[in-house]
Amino acid sequence: MKNRILTRLFYIFLLAAFSIPLSAQEEPVPKKDSTAFDASTFILDHIADSHEWHLLTKKNGEGVAIYLPVILYSREKGLDIFSSKKLADGKIFKGYKVQEEGDLKGKIFMTNEAGEIDEKNKPLDFSVTKTVVGMLAAALIGLWLFISLSRSYKKTGISYPRGIQSFLEPVIMFIRDDIAIPNMGEHHYEKYMPYLLSVFFFILINNVMGLIPFPPPFGANVTGNIALTFVLAACTFFVTQFSGNKTYWKHIFFPPGVPIWLLIIMIPVEIIGLFSKPFALMIRLFANITAGHIIVLSLICLIFIFNSLSIAPVSIFFVIFMDCLELLVAFLQAYIFTLLSSLFIGMAMPEEHH
Amino acid sequence: MILLANSLTSPGIGLVFWSILIFGLFFFLLTKFAWKPILSAVKARDEMIKGSLASAEKAREDMLKLLSDNEAILKKAREEREVILKEARDVRDKLIGEAKGKATEEAEKIVERAKAGIEHEKAKALSEIHEQVASLSIDIASKILGEKLSKSNEQTKLIDKYLKDIDLNKN
Repeated sequence: MKNRILTRLFYIFLLAAFSIPLSAQEEPVPKKDSTAFDASTFILDHIADSHEWHLLTKKNGEGVAIYLPVILYSREKGLDIFSSKKLADGKIFKGYKVQEEGDLKGKIFMTNEAGEIDEKNKPLDFSVTKTVVGMLAAALIGLWLFISLSRSYKKTGISYPRGIQSFLEPVIMFIRDDIAIPNMGEHHYEKYMPYLLSVFFFILINNVMGLIPFPPPFGANVTGNIALTFVLAACTFFVTQFSGNKTYWKHIFFPPGVPIWLLIIMIPVEIIGLFSKPFALMIRLFANITAGHIIVLSLICLIFIFNSLSIAPVSIFFVIFMDCLELLVAFLQAYIFTLLSSLFIGMAMPEEHH
Repeated sequence: MILLANSLTSPGIGLVFWSILIFGLFFFLLTKFAWKPILSAVKARDEMIKGSLASAEKAREDMLKLLSDNEAILKKAREEREVILKEARDVRDKLIGEAKGKATEEAEKIVERAKAGIEHEKAKALSEIHEQVASLSIDIASKILGEKLSKSNEQTKLIDKYLKDIDLNKN
């Protein structure tokens, strides 16, 4: 509960952080001097996706980074693949430029003749970004972990679990016995187990990897990226709709025992309900994980805001505390996403009881 | 629309593409190579445990049943023994009784036969005595009457008639 209040609080924090550049558009704030530390830009840069994996900044202001491949497609120029080093530090390459200011910071746009960014002309960006690398690494770790687990089952056969099995099997059993079976029933759950297990471990591995700050591919804010949570929520949405039975659809379009005039209100509400459930899944995961990253980064930023080393012990103590809490959140959010997915799928298959 | 305009809160098409690709591959590969084998292995083990528990329970019940069966068999055997012993005793008693009866009968028969023999012998003896007496009487009478009376058949018949009139048993 406390944790949820905290994460909510920092989601508000996040929204507040968004509002800063917005207000900047309305009334230009006086130019800051270059030595001042801008915490909100620093934090947003860390949690946002990027085409390069920033490692450190040298004293002279040069950045050291891993440059990731950029893959762009546009109707006029076709497919373009090149290293993001060519676009680093605001360079223009083949008529592409990275936006460095404002809300769309970090996105690649085409330039006009004057070498300025043309906001309306945006190529489709299929680049392997920081988030993609993190996601790919998590997927590979997951594949390695569970394929070796399944190998070990071939070896031990029907015997008691040992080695890696004794760590992972209780989790799999927990998903089966406490998430899938109570929500979907004994008869249907088996069909959905692979999906639930995949979702749970994909989210969990990404969450935990995001908490480890260094080295790459750790520390990317993957589950705090709305594109991934959107895809996962969409998967749950489609699985739910495709497993919906006759009673489920009847309750949406012809709710029994409801007067006809009320249907005018009821049916739109039910249809909104179809989409609001996965939408909530998407926002919940995104907000919780992003909030966690923001809290940890904010606490680190305290050192630079106060510009004093004496604040470091306090800051580090709170970071460690928050990391423990975030570890709990990492498990909790994976659990909640899986639980709610199975609940929605189970609700789409009500038993005929009229 | 504020949210959609921001790079943090608007899902980029490229990332959506990569997410679908990576999560899709993750899902399909794991379903094929991990989840199905793992779940079936766990299920097989669960079933085996359930089966062994059930068979252990059944074995326990069987053993209890066997024990109670043994008890019942022993009881029955004991009862049967009782019955057999009783029957044997009955047969013995009956045999003895029969033997006794037969012996008595036999003895009675012997006695009967002996009595009949005695009777017969007695009748024979009596008829001998009759004859003896008749001849003696004839002798005596002839002696008395002398030669007058010859030993003719008529005389013998007469004497028999007289002798029959005299019932020896009455004396």
